[in-house]
Amino acid sequence: MQRYIARRLIAFVPTLFGITIIVFTVMHLIPGDTIDAMIGTQFKLTEAQAAALREYFGLDKPLPEQYIRWLVAAMQGDFGYSVRKGEPVLPLILRHFPLTLELAFFSMTIALILGIPLGIFSAVKRDSAIDLIGRLFALLGLAMPAFWLGTLIILVLSLYFRIMPNAGNYVDFFEDPVANLKQMVFPALTLGFAATADVMRTMRSAMLEELGKDYTRTARSKGLHERRVILQHCLKNAWIPVITIVGLETGYLFGGAVIVESVFALPGVGRLLLIAIGERDYAVVQGTILLIAVNFVLVNLLADLIYAWVNPRIHYE
Amino acid sequence: MVGLVLVTLYMVVALFADVLAPFTAVEQHPKDRLSPPSKIYWLGTDEFGRDILSRLMYGARNSLHVAVLSVAMACLSGTALGMIAGYTGGLTDNIIMRVMDLFFAFPAILLALSIVTALGPGTRNTILAIALVYMPIFARVARGPVLAVKAMEYVDAAQSIGVRHGRILARHVLPNITAPILVQISLALSWAMLTEAGLSFLGLGTIPPAPAWGSMLSDSRRLMELAPWTAVFPGLAIMFGVLGFNLLGDGLRDVLDPHLRA
Repeated sequence: MQRYIARRLIAFVPTLFGITIIVFTVMHLIPGDTIDAMIGTQFKLTEAQAAALREYFGLDKPLPEQYIRWLVAAMQGDFGYSVRKGEPVLPLILRHFPLTLELAFFSMTIALILGIPLGIFSAVKRDSAIDLIGRLFALLGLAMPAFWLGTLIILVLSLYFRIMPNAGNYVDFFEDPVANLKQMVFPALTLGFAATADVMRTMRSAMLEELGKDYTRTARSKGLHERRVILQHCLKNAWIPVITIVGLETGYLFGGAVIVESVFALPGVGRLLLIAIGERDYAVVQGTILLIAVNFVLVNLLADLIYAWVNPRIHYE
Repeated sequence: MVGLVLVTLYMVVALFADVLAPFTAVEQHPKDRLSPPSKIYWLGTDEFGRDILSRLMYGARNSLHVAVLSVAMACLSGTALGMIAGYTGGLTDNIIMRVMDLFFAFPAILLALSIVTALGPGTRNTILAIALVYMPIFARVARGPVLAVKAMEYVDAAQSIGVRHGRILARHVLPNITAPILVQISLALSWAMLTEAGLSFLGLGTIPPAPAWGSMLSDSRRLMELAPWTAVFPGLAIMFGVLGFNLLGDGLRDVLDPHLRA
């Protein structure tokens, strides 16, 4: 176990470096640089002033050198400066991050609360009406884009119930938990819908596999109550693939948050990213993408470690 | 079967949009702005009086164009890389697959968004972004079976009589790994459609006034209380398109690889 954890943690370091290289490279594919973005809109700079600024920010240096400078600074918490907001990038992102985290947390909670029982029922009552409904639900979850589901929810709420899920005045959870939850419930349902479908599908197929195994037959032949066979024997093993999916889905929720926050006008990092893209505020774009990717990898690392903990066989793989 | 029907319908509409659509995608009817569904405009009109059905039909063509080209690029490059990695093994395998793994460190929509941000919005860059995002999946899907196939005796035999590696890969390995790749193509087409729609929804995909399902949905948000049909039909089109390719992929998997059946 300890060896596995150590190997997994060591593998995490090059992945992090790789992420920084991809993010840095992609952002430098953009024609022009931050100074061009500044000249093009808000500020009027002469060429000499722009050259001086490029020299000051190190933008005149070769790309590998710029990368190392950026990486060293990022490791010290300096992700650059937002030219539009006029403040350092990291505090700006960290201010928006709790909302996205909360959204992802609620979405995953919904996915687990709905997806797991639905998957179990669907497997246990295979080919019944419940199974059919569950499978239809899973198919819809995979095919229904979050931006459409969100739009429909807003449409139904505003048209038939005269409720606007979020009129733009976001309330922090610690200020007013009830108001905050009211604002988060529909975005979380929207974002969690696809994850619910995925959890349900995985749970169903894992459960079906376990139900067909010899030990299940043995348990039944011993005369154990069906509920005990399912909950105490099969479910214990069926959990394992679900953990991997939960890890992956939690990561994807951070990506999906970009769209859902845009639909519901929630001021999380996803919306911050989109606004920064629109304003060509590349330091913010770069920092936000990096943060989401690092989160994605961290969550998956955590899922892998939990997987190893609940499934001791992984030690020998 | 349902998947095949949906995909066939979608392809027919996309390919023959100019014959089937009652109007062109950009034709405006100022007197009929935001008309509800009627005999003339089956799915209603938008804020410029453009026929939604016609725009959806031309949008299907755009969606198919982006999905097919991006998946073709992803499939060709990813499969080639996966085959080389699996067949060569050792350091080459390690380098290729570790680089591919890095792409998995990003949620797909975020990576596509980043690439489009860097390259600029538009259909060509959307295709490139989606291709890059899904290339590693094909590399991973291709590599696994190659590892098994290269251990077969007929590959040993081909190597022992001096057949070139490229020829072995093309003539002996590739035909034996097509089943999982075909399944992946169908699933990737559905993801590509969804990603393209997502990017267009965010204003980073197809540039208006060209019809794209995602941007039609995005435009409808300002008007949906007045004209709900502008929001409902583009979403349905995306959903059935994605559903079709998903079901087709599942069906292909059942036929071609019964071991993977859920």
